[in-house]
Amino acid sequence: MTKFTLPAFPYAQDALEPHISKTTIEFHYGKHHQTYVDNLNKLIVGTEFENSTLEEIVLKSSGGIFNNAAQVWNHTFYWNCLNPKSPLKPEGKLKEAIDKEFGSFEEFKEKFTTASVTLFGSGWAWLVKNQEGKLEIVQTSNAENPMRQGKTPLLVCDVWEHAYYIDQQNRRPAYMEAFWNLVDWKKVEERY
Amino acid sequence: MKRILITLFVFSLIIPFTNLKAQSIEKKNKVSVEERNQFSLMKLPYSLDALEPHISKTTLEYHYGKHHKAYVDNLNRLKKGTEFENATLEEIVLNSKGSIFNNAAQIWNHNLYWNGFTPKSSLKPIGSLKEAIEKEYKTFENFKEKFNSVSMSLFGSGWAWLVKNQEGKLEIVQTSNADNPLRQGLTPIIGCDLWEHSYYIDQKNNRAAYLDAFWKVINWEIAEKNYKK
Ligand SMILES: [Fe+2]
Ligand SMILES: [Fe+2]
Repeated sequence: MTKFTLPAFPYAQDALEPHISKTTIEFHYGKHHQTYVDNLNKLIVGTEFENSTLEEIVLKSSGGIFNNAAQVWNHTFYWNCLNPKSPLKPEGKLKEAIDKEFGSFEEFKEKFTTASVTLFGSGWAWLVKNQEGKLEIVQTSNAENPMRQGKTPLLVCDVWEHAYYIDQQNRRPAYMEAFWNLVDWKKVEERY
Repeated sequence: MKRILITLFVFSLIIPFTNLKAQSIEKKNKVSVEERNQFSLMKLPYSLDALEPHISKTTLEYHYGKHHKAYVDNLNRLKKGTEFENATLEEIVLNSKGSIFNNAAQIWNHNLYWNGFTPKSSLKPIGSLKEAIEKEYKTFENFKEKFNSVSMSLFGSGWAWLVKNQEGKLEIVQTSNADNPLRQGLTPIIGCDLWEHSYYIDQKNNRAAYLDAFWKVINWEIAEKNYKK
């Protein structure tokens, strides 16, 4: 029985060009994301997580099961943070919260970019809502996910090298510029 | 007044001369002090395309020319005004933490990595290292399999190493991100870079194919030297 399946890609695989190439999607979604799904299905057989939801596994597991489950969750969330036809700025309540917490959208962008660029090794940069309802920018290493600290993810950027090596090679700041052109602010606001 | 002016004039001829000499000595010293304090990117013991078809010239241009160089530039910038300003690379690797450690260790790790390759690999171990590998792992094939499985199972960025422990025995270990076995009193013999930047240009997500390429360019003479250290 195959429990988890790779979710359908939310748009055409070349829809994010020229910012993120079709080739990157073919590998990042088609190979990396798929491998995490396949590994998870293999690893949960005969464990307490055999009948759990993905979110339950992310919250409660450790080791290889956690790594693969969280990477499945994180990547699905990442694809759903991007949209080729998105407004380039937040609006409404989210805009107000960003202005309140970070001063302005530009200052927020700068802080989030710094968090992404300075993460050493593989991992993720997140905009989250904490338990007091305040916005925070956090970095997580490898597969780690802020839900485990009781935080609600609103936006994520994958800063594993595989996310940008085909298109930008070693230039993570150039990848960040591409990323900002694709953020789906409507969805981020819905989550907020 | 006229005499003072003449004296000043004469002095003005002498002073710049003596000054110039003093300045040039000072300048020379200053440069050499700066040079002593600055790390530079190691020279590759082969040309950028020498490892083809196993590791491409493009990979070396990025991996050596950009990543490795960036670690050197970052460390030179970060150590300024710290207790590590005059330390050797190994001292920094052993005693620092945070960004200074990350960049220093990545320089050290990449130095071992590049120095451990040759376009004319013997493809198998030689000398006393060959004996030690056969003693510990029965066969070279069996050793390679173990090293590969340690490399495949590393999650995220990091390194796989063949090391000699304090009792002189061989071990295969993995380290995360920049971490280095020297900090556990282990002596690195072979280092395999498992950051995605090592293989994404040539093998994309296929780490196993990268490991196949890796074994084709190992300099077993250098590995033997590292083992005997
Ligand atoms: Fe990814
Ligand atoms: Fe590297």
